[in-house]
Amino acid sequence: MSAANETVSAGQARTARYFIYAALIVLALVYLLPLYVMLTTSLKSLDEIRGGDMLALPKDPSIAAWVKAWGEACIGVSCVGIKGYFWNSIKMVVPAVIISTLLGALNGYVLTKWRFPGHKIVFGMMLFACFIPFQAVLIPMARLLGLMGLSNSTTGLVMVHVIYGLGFTTLFFRNYYEAFPDELIKAAMIDGAGFFRIFWRILLPTSGPIIVVTIIYQFTNIWNDFLFGVSFSGGASSPMTVALNNLVSSSTGVKEYNVDMAAAIFAALPTLFVYIVAGRYFVRGLMAGAVKG
Amino acid sequence: MTTIEPVPALTPEGTPQRQGRTFADGLRNALPKIVLAPSFAVILVFVYGFILWTVYLSFTTSRILPVYKWGGFDAYYRLWSQPNWYVAMQNLAIFGILYIGICIALGLFIAILMDQRIRAEGVLRPIFLYPMALSFVVTGTAWKWFLNPGLGLEHTMHNLGWTSFKFDWLVNPNMAIYTVVIAGVWQASGFVMAMFLAGLRGIDGEIVKAAQIDGASNIAIYRRIIIPLLRPIFLSAFIVLAHMAIKSYDLVIALTGGGPGNATELPSTFMYSYTFNRNQMNVGSASAVMMLMGITAIIVPYLYSELRERKQ
Amino acid sequence: MSFLEIKDIRKKIGNNEILKGINIGLEKGGFLVLVGPSGCGKSTLLNAIAGLLPPSSGDIVIDGQVVTDLHPSKRDIAMVFQSYALYPNMTVEENIAFALEMRGVEKAQREAEVKKVAKTLQIEHLLKRRPSQLSGGQRQRVAMGRALVRQPRVFLFDEPLSNLDAKLRVEVRAEIKALHQNTHATIVYVTHDQIEAMTLATKIVVLKEGTVQQVGTPAEIYNRPANLFVADFMGSPAMNMLKGQVSGADGQQSIALFGNDGVKVAMPPSVTAGLADGKEVILGLRPEAITDTGLLDPQVRSVARIEADVTMVEPTGSDTFVTGRLDGASFTARTRADVHVAPGEKFSFAFNLDKAVVFDPQTGSRID
Repeated sequence: MSAANETVSAGQARTARYFIYAALIVLALVYLLPLYVMLTTSLKSLDEIRGGDMLALPKDPSIAAWVKAWGEACIGVSCVGIKGYFWNSIKMVVPAVIISTLLGALNGYVLTKWRFPGHKIVFGMMLFACFIPFQAVLIPMARLLGLMGLSNSTTGLVMVHVIYGLGFTTLFFRNYYEAFPDELIKAAMIDGAGFFRIFWRILLPTSGPIIVVTIIYQFTNIWNDFLFGVSFSGGASSPMTVALNNLVSSSTGVKEYNVDMAAAIFAALPTLFVYIVAGRYFVRGLMAGAVKG
Repeated sequence: MTTIEPVPALTPEGTPQRQGRTFADGLRNALPKIVLAPSFAVILVFVYGFILWTVYLSFTTSRILPVYKWGGFDAYYRLWSQPNWYVAMQNLAIFGILYIGICIALGLFIAILMDQRIRAEGVLRPIFLYPMALSFVVTGTAWKWFLNPGLGLEHTMHNLGWTSFKFDWLVNPNMAIYTVVIAGVWQASGFVMAMFLAGLRGIDGEIVKAAQIDGASNIAIYRRIIIPLLRPIFLSAFIVLAHMAIKSYDLVIALTGGGPGNATELPSTFMYSYTFNRNQMNVGSASAVMMLMGITAIIVPYLYSELRERKQ
Repeated sequence: MSFLEIKDIRKKIGNNEILKGINIGLEKGGFLVLVGPSGCGKSTLLNAIAGLLPPSSGDIVIDGQVVTDLHPSKRDIAMVFQSYALYPNMTVEENIAFALEMRGVEKAQREAEVKKVAKTLQIEHLLKRRPSQLSGGQRQRVAMGRALVRQPRVFLFDEPLSNLDAKLRVEVRAEIKALHQNTHATIVYVTHDQIEAMTLATKIVVLKEGTVQQVGTPAEIYNRPANLFVADFMGSPAMNMLKGQVSGADGQQSIALFGNDGVKVAMPPSVTAGLADGKEVILGLRPEAITDTGLLDPQVRSVARIEADVTMVEPTGSDTFVTGRLDGASFTARTRADVHVAPGEKFSFAFNLDKAVVFDPQTGSRID
C-alpha cells in the first residue's frame, strides 16, 4: 500500500488485528452483560439470587418468575400481574402508530409535491415540534385531557402520541418524497389523476420502505414512552412502562428481583422483537430522526 | 433583431372559446392545503399554543391547579432561589458533558474498530445497538439491579475473591449521578457508533487512497483526513445527545428515582415533582420554560442551517 | 389560424422574468422544436403549454380553444418526460393504460388500445414487466406508448433523448421522426441539442434568455440565422465569424478581412447589396463553406482562395476539420478526410462566398 505501511511487518499487522478483535469482543460482552444478567436473574429463584453470583447461570432454571410477573405480581394494591398493562400498551400503540403514520404520509406528500408559499415555514414549525421538551406542554395537556374527560384513558394517550409524533412522521415522509421524481407527479396529472388518486396509486405503493421505518420508529417510541404515560394515566389504565416502574419501585413486601427482571423483559420484548426482525429499518429510522439531511 | 412569426389575426368566427376556472378547479387547488391543515392546526395548538400556555402559567400564582392570577416573575425568582434547582442544573451539566462526551468518544472508537473490515460485523453491530431499542425504564431497571450494592456487581466481585471491591455509587449521593451516565452511555453509544459508521462508509475511498499514496500512515489518515471529514456527524450526534440529555426523565426515575435524596435531580424530574407532587405549578412551569429555552438554543440554529443548506 | 398558438406568454418567478413574451404558432401536424441553451426558458414554456406551470400572462390556444386556465388533464395533450416518468409500481401495460383508466375507459377497450400501441412500438413482449426491468431505450418507448395511446391533440416531448447513450439516441431519433411522418401528430419538442432540432423539426424556435431569437424551418435557421447567437448556437463546429469592412459601391463590393494587411474578397451582390462603403460587418461562413480547393463545388460562383497558416487538424473520419489562422483571426474549414496538411504548414483555403451571411456587429442581427 503506502510507503509508510511497507515498513510495518506482517507480524505487527496481525497483532493489530488481534487487538481490534479482542477490543470489539470485550466491548460486545460489556454491552450484552445487562441483558444476560436480566435474563438469568429472571430464571433464578430468590434464594439463589440472594446466595449466589449475579453472573452465574441459573442452577435450576424456572419460569416461575415470568408466570408471576405476567399474572400475579402486585402493582400498587392490585395483584394481577402486568398482563393488563401490556394490553393497555398494545391498545395505545396500534391506533397511535397507524394514525400518525397515515397523517405523516399525507403531510409529506403535500409538503413536497403540492408546495405552496410558506411551505418551508410550515415544515420548519412541524420539525421543531419534534424536539420540544414535553415538559413544556405537560400541564396544559393534563388540563385539556381532564376537561375532555380523557384523563386516565387509552384514548387520551393515543391522541397525545399522535399529536407529538406528527412532526417525526411528517419529517420521514417529506424526506422520502423529496427524492421522488416530480416528473412522475406531472405525468400522472396529465394522465388525469387527481390529488388523492396520485397518492394512492403512485406514491403510496412505492413508499414501502419508509412506511416500515416510520411504523417501527413510532412503535418503539410510543411503546417506550414513560413521561406521557405517567402524567396522563393512572391505576389500571397505565401503559406497560409505568406499570414496570411501579412494580420495581414499590417498597412493600419482599423485593422479588427475579419477578422485576421478568417484568422488565416483558416490557422490552416487543421492541426487541421488532429490532431483531427489522433492525435495518430501525437504524434507518433513528438516523432519519437524527440527521435531517 | 428578434424575428417573431406574426400570429394570424383572429377572425371573428374563429374567436377562441375561453374556459374559465370553475368551483371544482378552486377546490382542487385548495385540496392539498385542506389535507395539511388539520395536522398543522394541531401542531399550532398543541405545541405552540401549549408552550404559550405554559409560559403564561409560569407568570401566575398557580399552585395545585392552574390559576390565571398574574404573579410576575415570582415563579422565576423562587425557581432560582431553590437549592434543588441548582442541584438539578449541576447534575444536568455533569450528566450532559459526560454523557455526550463519552458517547461520542466511545461511539467513534467502536465505529473506527468496526470499519477495519471486520469479519463478524453483522453480529457485532446489532449487539452495540440493541440497547437503543429498549425503554429507558427497562434500562434503568436492569442497571439498578446490575449495580445493586448488596447483590449486584459488588457481590459478584466479592464472590470472585476481590473482597475489598466496593461499588456503592447507586446509593452514594456523591456518585449516584454517574450511574445515570453509565446507563445512559450504555443505551445511546451504540447509536452514535452507527451514525459514525454510516459517516465512515460515506467517505470517498479515493480520498483515502490519495492520502496513502501521499505516504500518510493509518493513524495520520484518521487524524488528519477522516475524522475532520466526519464533522457533520459530530454535530448531529451532539445535537441528538444534548437533546436527549435535557429531556432525560425516565432513566433517572427508573434508576434512582431522583435520589438518594435529591442527588440525581435533573431539570426534568424537578419540573415533574414541583408541578404534580409539590403543588408549585408556577415554579414547575418556569422550570419547563427554562428547559425549552435550553433546547431551543441548541436546536433552532441547527435546524435553520440544515433547512437552508438543503435549499442550495 | 394555427392549430397551436402561444400568445404573448410571460412567466415571472420572483423578480426573474423567465419568459418575456413568447409568440409562436404551429399548424396541425407540425413538428415544433424549441431549442436553446439551458436556462433559456424552453422547458418552462413546454410546462406552460402542458398546464403544469401557469404563465403569468398570455394565452395558450389549442384548436381554437383557450386552454390557459384548464387543468393539464383536460387539455387533451400527452407528454414524454426526460426521465420517462414511468410509474415504478405498475407494469408496462398498466403504465400505458393508466391515463385511459383515469378517463373511465372500459377494461376491454383499454387492453385493445394498449395492444395496438404496443404493436406499433414493438414492445408487446414487455407488457408484463415493470419499468425497473427495462433498458433505457425500452423505457423511452414505453413513455412514448403512454402518450400515443391517448391520441391527444398535441404531443409534448421534454428532452426525451438526453438520458440515452449516443448510439441509441440516433436510433430513437429516427423512430420519433418516422412516428411523426406516419401519424401526422402535432408535436412540440424541447431539446438543447441542435442536431436533434435540425433532424426532427418542421419548425424550429431558437430561444435565449426567455425571448425568441428566430422561428423558421431547419434550412432557414441553418442557412440564414437571424443573428449571431443563432448562427453560433446552431451547427457544429460553429459558424466562422470574421470581422471585416465593406468597400466599394453597388454590385462591385468587397470585404476586407483579417485586418488592414489582410485579404480583400470580392462579394457576390446577393450578400452585400445595400451595404454602404466603409461599413464594419461580421462575415459568417459555415465550416463547409471553407474547404480545400479540390472539394469545391463547381457550381459556386464567388470563390476566394486564401493562403493561411494551419494551426490544428482534426480528422473525424468522414471529414477533416482544419483550423487556419491569418492575422490573429482563426477559422475552421471542413475538408476532405484525406487532405494532406499538418499544423505549421501553409494551406490554400477556398472560401465559398455564395454561402456567406453578414451581421451587423453593433446589433448582432443579420443584414439582408
